[in-house]
Amino acid sequence: MKLDFEKPITKIEEKIEELKKMSEESGMDLSKEIEVFEQQSHEYKKELYENLKPSQKLQIARHPNRPNFIDYIHLITTDFVEMHGDREGTDDRAIIGGVAKIGDTPVMLVGTVKGKSTKENLVYNFGMPQPEGYRKALRLFEHANRFGLPIVTLIDTPGAYPGIKAEEHGQGIAIAVNLKEMAKLEVPVIAVITGEGCSGGALGLAVANKVLVLEHAYYTVISPEGCASILWRDASKAAEAAEALKITGPDLLKYNIIDGIVKEPLGGAHYDYEAMGDELKKEILKALNEYKNKTPQELKKDRYNKFRRMGVFNS
Amino acid sequence: MTLKDWFETRKEEQHAARPIDPKIDDYIGKLWVKCFNCNAQLPRKELEHHMMVCPECGYHFRINARTRIRQLFDEGTFQEYFENIAPSDPLDFVDTESYTERQQKAKEKTNLNDAVVTGTGKVEGEEIACAIMDFEYMGGSMGSVVGEKVTRIMELAIEKRLPVVTITASGGARMQESALSLMQMAKTSCAVARLNDEKILYINILTDPTYGGVTASFGTIGDIIIAEQGARIGFAGRRVIEQTIRQKLPADFQTAEYLMKHGQLDMICKRSELKETLAKILRLHKH
Repeated sequence: MKLDFEKPITKIEEKIEELKKMSEESGMDLSKEIEVFEQQSHEYKKELYENLKPSQKLQIARHPNRPNFIDYIHLITTDFVEMHGDREGTDDRAIIGGVAKIGDTPVMLVGTVKGKSTKENLVYNFGMPQPEGYRKALRLFEHANRFGLPIVTLIDTPGAYPGIKAEEHGQGIAIAVNLKEMAKLEVPVIAVITGEGCSGGALGLAVANKVLVLEHAYYTVISPEGCASILWRDASKAAEAAEALKITGPDLLKYNIIDGIVKEPLGGAHYDYEAMGDELKKEILKALNEYKNKTPQELKKDRYNKFRRMGVFNS
Repeated sequence: MTLKDWFETRKEEQHAARPIDPKIDDYIGKLWVKCFNCNAQLPRKELEHHMMVCPECGYHFRINARTRIRQLFDEGTFQEYFENIAPSDPLDFVDTESYTERQQKAKEKTNLNDAVVTGTGKVEGEEIACAIMDFEYMGGSMGSVVGEKVTRIMELAIEKRLPVVTITASGGARMQESALSLMQMAKTSCAVARLNDEKILYINILTDPTYGGVTASFGTIGDIIIAEQGARIGFAGRRVIEQTIRQKLPADFQTAEYLMKHGQLDMICKRSELKETLAKILRLHKH
């Protein structure tokens, strides 16, 4: 599926295909011309993808073919063993986790899952966890803490689920408890926003020593649509809201919300799963290596200080 | 369900149905006030005498931070801290109005720098560190200033070995500070983690309304959670939920009474009993 703003590329690519076909049919050597066109096409793409507006990045972050957590499990880990359930009656499928190896390092891997089809989304609830999902995640974090396993979370969620059961079971409290308990962990925690990082639903897995964001992912307090409908009283102003909320990597870096941006293949993660997986794995291993020699107390303090500094005010 | 139960539930639901946007004390009538719930005409003086609770139907009017402080603390014991911390506009945020204009207006309306007042004071002689939110200041939303002041009062409490009480009234995170306000949820929760490590008693008092980013952070991770009678408390707003599930919600949805039934609260308190209850809890944890 091509996005609106990608249409010019499609045209150039069609031209190149035409030329190739012509060259084959007529026997003429057009390789020089094709090469020039391909070079131009590449540069055009680079220019396009490096200067995307926030609302366009949003479309890539939400692309239906974007790799999801299940893909990343295959792409970056080996020996994944899933651990199910919150031990209180539920196994929320919107959050999945377990032990696995990234490179040679055993880790606790937890992430939110978005489905790629309606059928899958019925299972994963569009990546919107219930309180039980956060409680399962916390159970796994505490397991990791007990056995000294570093924690890696991959986050791609439009937010925690807003529903009747969710409220009855304490959605807010479940997230809040995670924030508080993650502050106490004595193992390294690396969080990566891989697509949508929306609101408390994302933060509930992201009180980490290092927070990374994929190049076209976003991280925000409220979805641009939600923000537009509250502040502009008009959901169609989402593009303006996306701009105003400063939700993309470079802005987040500027305000010290995140610690780094993970480069995506040209056009976005969905164009090259393998390349995306390799890059992400490299960055996670780099981050894990940074914390390898820290003591449990140092890790906890490092995380506390990181969040303690956040905020901008006058005094 | 027996007929009696049905009547009972119906009464409860009617009682729980609240106006969506009731105004706050300074902005209702100066001499006479009409109750939002039962429409009774009440002399303002009498209402104030009843702690801004309707003597006819028990409806709890929303009150601002200053009134709350007057009601809760022993006279003259409240000492404010960190009042000079004021908001800035890091993102140059403009929607239909600029963030700086909104701050200006809110300040004029409330005479506060931001949506929380922090300080120490005594409740029936028991000293506490306290953060009191003010819904009148931009819907009690949490941005960098609220996050910082709540964190600082907890740090002060650790230093002085005082129990901490938060009294929340908030629509959630402050959108105009985007991810910076989201991070205040993490910052304040990390501060609560320290209270836990230091074994300092932390009590939440949830008042109408407490939502979103405050419900999902420092507002609900106290050792004891008290809700004021009739308060609406939730993570997602009613409208968002209705739009998502495309069903009508029960009238008493997200009221304190509803949450209590689902095990999310330790207790519900009438405003008139709040001080006494708080003092009792504080004394029981002192040994």
